This record gives sequence, C-alpha cells and structure tokens, in this order.
Amino acid sequence: MTTVTNREQLKYISAQAADARVNLEIETEGMTLNIGPQHPATHGTLRIVAKLDGEQVIAADPVMGYMHRGYEKLSEVRTYPQVTTLINRIDWLGSFANEVPFILAAEQLMEVEAPPRAQWIRTLLFEMSRIANVVLFLGDMAVQVGAVTPVFFAFRDREHVLNQIEAATGGRFHPNFDRIGGLKDDLPRGWIVETKQAMKKMRAFCDEIEDLVMGNEIFQARTRGIGVVPADIGLSYGLSGANIRGSGVDWDVRRDGTTGLGGLVHKELDWRVWTHPDGDSFSRFWVRLQEVRESTKMIDQLLDGIPSGSIMAKVPRIIKVPAGEAFVETENPLGVMGYYVVSKGGLAPFRVKIRSASFNNMSITPWLLTGVYVPDIITILGSLYFILGDIDR
Amino acid sequence: MGLVEAGKVPKPLTSLLNMSRKYSLWAYQWGLACCAIEMGAAFGSPRYDVMRLGVIPLPASPRQSDLLIVSGTVTDKMAPAVRRLYEQIPEPKYVISMGSCANCGGPYWDSYSVTKGVDQIIPVDVYVPGCPPRPEALLEGIVLLQERIQNEDMAERWRGDRGDPIVVN
Repeated sequence: MTTVTNREQLKYISAQAADARVNLEIETEGMTLNIGPQHPATHGTLRIVAKLDGEQVIAADPVMGYMHRGYEKLSEVRTYPQVTTLINRIDWLGSFANEVPFILAAEQLMEVEAPPRAQWIRTLLFEMSRIANVVLFLGDMAVQVGAVTPVFFAFRDREHVLNQIEAATGGRFHPNFDRIGGLKDDLPRGWIVETKQAMKKMRAFCDEIEDLVMGNEIFQARTRGIGVVPADIGLSYGLSGANIRGSGVDWDVRRDGTTGLGGLVHKELDWRVWTHPDGDSFSRFWVRLQEVRESTKMIDQLLDGIPSGSIMAKVPRIIKVPAGEAFVETENPLGVMGYYVVSKGGLAPFRVKIRSASFNNMSITPWLLTGVYVPDIITILGSLYFILGDIDR
Repeated sequence: MGLVEAGKVPKPLTSLLNMSRKYSLWAYQWGLACCAIEMGAAFGSPRYDVMRLGVIPLPASPRQSDLLIVSGTVTDKMAPAVRRLYEQIPEPKYVISMGSCANCGGPYWDSYSVTKGVDQIIPVDVYVPGCPPRPEALLEGIVLLQERIQNEDMAERWRGDRGDPIVVN
C-alpha cells in the first residue's frame, strides 16, 4: 500500500471531520476493495486496490503489469523496420502516432530528412490517429457516468476516420506505414475529397457530443470539482497532454517542442492550444473535445497545402543506423511520447527506452484517489484516459 | 439432465434445444488489448451489431454466460485470472480466441512475459486470426460456432468430446 503523505492526511482528516457526527452514530470498518484486473471501467487490465473507510478511499494503489509485453527488450532483437510493426501496438487506438517519434529518432541518427510531402502526410495521419483515439474517449467518458448512447455514436463516427486511414495505409488499426526516410506509399486518388467530408462529419460529431453530454446535469454533477489536479502537482507527477492542459498549463509539444530534422509540420499551420483553468474531470473532457475540433481544422489545412514531390528520401535497402543516441518526443493523443534510441551501428537498436504518456498520467492516481468516494474512482480514471498498452508496454 | 447425458433425448427435441441455445449466446468479453477495440466495434457499433445474430453482450458475470471471447494478448500475469474466470462459466461453454496474440502469441512470439496462445490454459473452440481481426471476422467466427451448436449432439458434449477447433479463414 502506498503511504499517505501529510498533505493527503490533512485532506482526509478534514473530510472525516465533516462526517464526524455520522461516523459516531454508525461506526464504519475499513475494507479493501479490489477493482479489476478485468473491469469494464479500467479500459483493459488495470487493477486498483483501494482501502476504504465507508464510501471514502483512504489509499489506492494501481497494480500494473497485466499487459506487459516487453517492447523494450523485443526491440533489441528486431531490425529497425521490424520495430515499427511492434510499436504500433503500444497505444492501440492511435497507432500511427506511435511510429512517428521512433522513426524521427532513427532518421536523426542516420541524418536522413524525409521530403516535404512525406512530412505533411505524416502530420496528416498523425492528427487523424488523434481523432480516432480521442473520439472513443468522448463516448467512453459518458459511459463512466452511466450514459450508454454516446459510445455507440463514437463507434459509429470513428469508422469515418478509420475508413480513410485504411484507404491510405491498408490497415484499419495498425497502419505500419512510416518508413525511415519517408512513407510506404503515396495517397490514393480521391482521398483528399473523401477526407474533407469525413472531417465535416467529425465536426458534427463534436457538436452532437457537446449537446448530448456536456450540458447534461448528471454529467456536470459527476465531473465538476471531482478529481482536481493542481498544476504544480500535475507537473511534478509528469502529467502531459490534455491532462495537464486541463489544469491550465499552456504546454503542447506540437507548438513548443523542437522539430528536429524532418519533423512534423504543425508550426506551419494555424491552430491554437486549448487550456482550462479548473483541473477537474470536466475540464479534461472539455479540452479533449476542443482538441478533436482543432485537429479537424488542422487536417483541412494540411489537405489544402500538401506539397508535391517524392515521398521517400534516398536510403539504403538494408538499414544500418550509425552509432549514437537520439531522443525524440511528440505530442501523442494521450500525451507526450518519446523514444530514446541508442545505436551501436548494427541492424537492430542497442537499447530503446519508451517514455509513454499513460504511465506518467497513471502515476498520479494514488495521490488523486485519496479521499474521493467510490463512484468517483471510475469517473476520475475515465477522465485521466489511459490505455493499458501505453502504461505497461 | 439425465436424459441428455444418456443420449436419450429425441432428435426433434435436441434440435429445438440446440436452436434456442444457438440464438441466446451470452458472450463474456475478455477484452485485453487492441482486439478489444475491434470486439467493441463488433458489439457496440451500429455498423456491425452483433445482437442481430442472437448474441447478447455484457452479462453481469461469467456465471451467466455461455461464450467466452478472449481478445488480445494473454500475459503470464493474466493467465491465472483467465483460467479462473473460465472455470466459473457453467457448462456447456464455448471459447473464441480472437487475434494472433490469443491464438499463438502473435508479434510477441519471443517475449518473456506473453503466454504463447490462450489454448495453453483453456480449450478453444474457434480461432479468429488477424492482428487485429476485422469485426466481420469475429462475426464469422460467431456464425460458424452457431452452426456447430445447431448440429451438436448434447450427449457427446457432456462426455467431453469438443470436436476439432474451427479456424476462420
């Protein structure tokens, strides 16, 4: 069990004092509640062991590793193109976004720059995988508070984006489309027009979710003021992505990060970073909804501005990466994802360290869940939005 | 069910029984990894909609279900839980193994922490290959399983004869 720090203890005691009269009348006994590893609200196989006092959580401990598949070790025995196949499956909802930082790191080591057309299409697919990922969150968050319909809408409208990703890359889920030095193929004919229509549908979906979920009184009561993450605490736990922007920190790697050699082209587009000052579950939901809208706008601009030219730089047939180290991070759908690649000059990387967003986002749960009530565990976990493959790797 | 065990149920009755079993499969979804999302698309999206096949998703517990769908990577840490929940399902029970990981370990065939196939811990009736399989592939697996249930001799099933596993291709 995690030890309760002074700050948490004070918070807990003050909550207890409010209930003192009730506790005198009905004495409550501590109990341990085990949620998971197979529970619909945990998005897979997360297990949470919570110590309860009545309805209140005294301490909560996430037990991870049920989805540990050993990516970092497996990467050492795969060649660079084979690693791409593997890391697709880390964050399985936004697969293409996983490939990009690794490929960029390898390109940095090889000193290859992808041609401009490849960079633009990369950014395009990167943002499309963000939509495919976050749309499911928007539906799923409503399920966590008891509304079932929005998730059907999310699955329905997600297909529009998946169709386009499949048309361009050949894979609905795991495109495996990124190559060192460019992309596997060019876009198919008619794709740009179809994608524009799909983006229109996604904007309509956002409006629908806003009408259906955000104004709902029950949804607001279950999420407003629940699971508040102050900005300083969030930063000290290493939160990133919409979770930290929901606490009012104006930080986005797409805008503030350094684009290395042949990176993504977000800086050439007209878009903005959304933040929300509250830091509660509602604000995290709100920020993600705005980000989907912003992504559709970005995709429209990208579609209009794709430069012509080749999609593959000159790279040798057998890829040998020269010795060296590189770290590249990008703003993935779940937060900041980075790859630290060490090469000793062979066909396979010597060591790959994956900094995945969900692992850090998850690490705040012992702090965040202390003092909350049992039903709020589910909404808080839902609003933090993690994917088990991204936590355990 | 003494009559069934002895194989003495008349044929029309068996056929009727099998038909009702086939169209009321309560599916316990064991969503583990990427395949869980495709399973969710098959079960939850209007485009695929598994309910029209007579499969009822989301039973409250494994004790109420007939069909277990293992979708995704089973790790060595998860394996005891899979086995335990399988044992809680009442007979007759069926298992669909969805995706390469559940079939044989998939891309993690040389990983130190992944169980190389769920059939090492529980018997499997239908294998759905793919990484991940499309929702249509899962639906076909369910349809093939329903065909098998229709033609099944209950007495043989009770004796423990499960038949060869079906492979969707």
